[in-house]
Amino acid sequence: MALSRLSSSSRRLDLLTSPLAAALARRPISTDTTPITVETSVPFSAHKCEGPSRSVETTPQELISFFRDMALMRRMEIAADSLYKAKLIRGFCHLYDGQEAVAVGMEAAITKKDCIITAYRDHCIFLERGGTLLEVFAELMGRRAGCSKGKGGSMHFYKKDSGFYGGHGIVGAQVPLGCGLAFAQKYSKDENVTFTLYGDGAANQGQLFEALNISCLLELPAILVCENNHYGMGTAEWRAAKSPAYYKRGDYAPGLKVDGMDAFAVKQACKFAKEHALKNGPIILEMDTYRYHGHSMSDPGSTYRTRDEISGVRQERDPIERIRKLILGLDLATEKELKDMEKEVRKEVDEAIAQAKESPNPDPSELFTNVYAKGYGVEAFGADRKEVRAALP
Amino acid sequence: MLGFLRHRATAGGSAVPLLQGALQKVRTASLSLKSYSSAAKDMNVREALNAALDEEMAADPRVFLMGEEVGEYQGAYKVSKGLLQKYGPERVVDTPITEAGFTGIGIGAAFYGLKPVVEFMTFNFAMQAMDQLINSAAKTNYMSAGNIPASIVFRGPNGAAAGVGAQHSQCYASWYGSIPGLKVVAPYSSEDARGLLKAAIRDPAPVIFLENELLYGENFPVSAEVLDSSFSLPIGKAKIEREGKDVTITSFSKMVGFALKASEILAKEGISAEVINLRSIRPLDRHKINESVQKTNRLVTVEEGFPQNGVGAEICTSVVEESFGYLDAPVERIAGADVSLPYAANLERMALPQVEDIVRAAKRACYRSIPMAAAAN
Repeated sequence: MALSRLSSSSRRLDLLTSPLAAALARRPISTDTTPITVETSVPFSAHKCEGPSRSVETTPQELISFFRDMALMRRMEIAADSLYKAKLIRGFCHLYDGQEAVAVGMEAAITKKDCIITAYRDHCIFLERGGTLLEVFAELMGRRAGCSKGKGGSMHFYKKDSGFYGGHGIVGAQVPLGCGLAFAQKYSKDENVTFTLYGDGAANQGQLFEALNISCLLELPAILVCENNHYGMGTAEWRAAKSPAYYKRGDYAPGLKVDGMDAFAVKQACKFAKEHALKNGPIILEMDTYRYHGHSMSDPGSTYRTRDEISGVRQERDPIERIRKLILGLDLATEKELKDMEKEVRKEVDEAIAQAKESPNPDPSELFTNVYAKGYGVEAFGADRKEVRAALP
Repeated sequence: MLGFLRHRATAGGSAVPLLQGALQKVRTASLSLKSYSSAAKDMNVREALNAALDEEMAADPRVFLMGEEVGEYQGAYKVSKGLLQKYGPERVVDTPITEAGFTGIGIGAAFYGLKPVVEFMTFNFAMQAMDQLINSAAKTNYMSAGNIPASIVFRGPNGAAAGVGAQHSQCYASWYGSIPGLKVVAPYSSEDARGLLKAAIRDPAPVIFLENELLYGENFPVSAEVLDSSFSLPIGKAKIEREGKDVTITSFSKMVGFALKASEILAKEGISAEVINLRSIRPLDRHKINESVQKTNRLVTVEEGFPQNGVGAEICTSVVEESFGYLDAPVERIAGADVSLPYAANLERMALPQVEDIVRAAKRACYRSIPMAAAAN
């Protein structure tokens, strides 16, 4: 295994020494697709179903891409923190650092024809679904190069062409919406599924149970994913839920509890869930995860949990460190190569921010666009209707 | 007309072939009768809605109906009669009594690209789904800069019925009418119901379709043009139901009928009232309303809903803003009373606009009566 890797790396070195190739070849991403098996950190806990095996199929290429993608997300969220403190991002900003494994593992198990819908902690899911760093930072700063042209903000990222339906600010509302996507998939006979993400706080919402009930009656290909980071804003799960076993809360619907800090466990569970949902209807996945930041940028995150707890998770369960150890243990890359990758990622993020800063605010005429899908020239008014009127395009 | 014939003959579901064959024979026979008759046909609002739904479902496979009792019960008010038999349970979906859940599901299906028609048994129950209607349906196209539109219709009875009490009688026209991103229509006649429902289903925006229970059984003449399957009415345009020159009376839904009755009484007293059927609450046809007031110089607005922040308040303000110089009298508003609707018949009557209220207000606008308050002073 190590020998074959040496020879492939020497081939890479040949490529890298040619000047043009050196310019083009920016990163030592392995293209090695030799199958490897890794074990998940803990076994799956199952409710009303037989959980999948702990052995997950992967490849060196996937391992490296997991590392890089998560490092990119981590760097992106930290950069957003700084931009917020510099007052370039306004309003709400809910960061995902710590939870990267869920976004990355899920994407690895599905296609862009499967749908994902989530709440407001959506930056990293958007990125994994094919969004660019520029679109993220420009949207956060309210510029026209943003994915929603600056009109949505942090909580309203969307990318319909790759099956990402947002980006929703009202806790729990995305769950019936996601079940609706699954309804439409079944109606259209698409053979695809919808992953509807929600938090431990949203898990108590009535509309979730209404939607789950209908989805089970109609056997929709809906997968409800509870990203349990153990705090609904500042309220710990045991203070909000009489039963915090969210994977069991579906009652008649099967569920699986997954180590959400282990990207491979996430991947395995999502693969299992997709097969299940297409055959039998809804299933609940509870991802046991953790957010390092507070609920949002206005929350220091330390009035309701101890700093020891936060640093403890960072030391024991950080998703990026887990993959780093795996990669080094399997000898797929050196420590220096991984550090170089992180440096590159940092550079990418910095460049995207610089580009986003160049993007101007939306044109004033955008105030009146997209009110309706087709405006038919209908009249709309500004704050002073005798000053500002428009015909909706 | 031919288009209508073709549609009816080919519309089909998954019914038993033999039965379907028989049904088609019956349908074609009655159709040929229609094609020979040139006189206007009578149709009630319920039939108009049913036929419009049927035709739009036949024309576009993305259209489906969802709501409580729309399927096996044939519709709480029989508006969806026969549709389950024709189109099957995938396209006519009976839901549990969970408005927030099924409204969200409908909107999600619309995000994906289907064209749901979500029925609320009454719009009073839609309040349980208000967050989905406003924050998901109305705003998402804007927040996503056009990436995620939702072509969806929310329909059902709105306003007072007869003796159903406070919780079952509210008019929601002004609440929905204030939300950018929604279209809000309120048909009166069968022609309105048919044309506006077709337009609403075809429109790529979310449309709130406010029906009225007491109008379902009312008959109106419909022309052959209206019966054509391609017929539709433009959303955002009001209709002059009755031309006049002395006072403009605006109304929508059931109140159009009341305004027309009032105008007959006023005519006997030498006042010629112009009755406008708004048809559309949002977009509001401010142009037609102002054009009318610039002709008559007097305005009475009529609505069933609560008076504060109501549709009439918006119309009066629009007229004061755009046609101030044309007004010969203060604007007048007739609306429901500032109380929860009582059950006792006499109190209910006092709490809702009656024909005599409209007549009195019109006369006041024409300086033909002394208002009670002024007399007291």
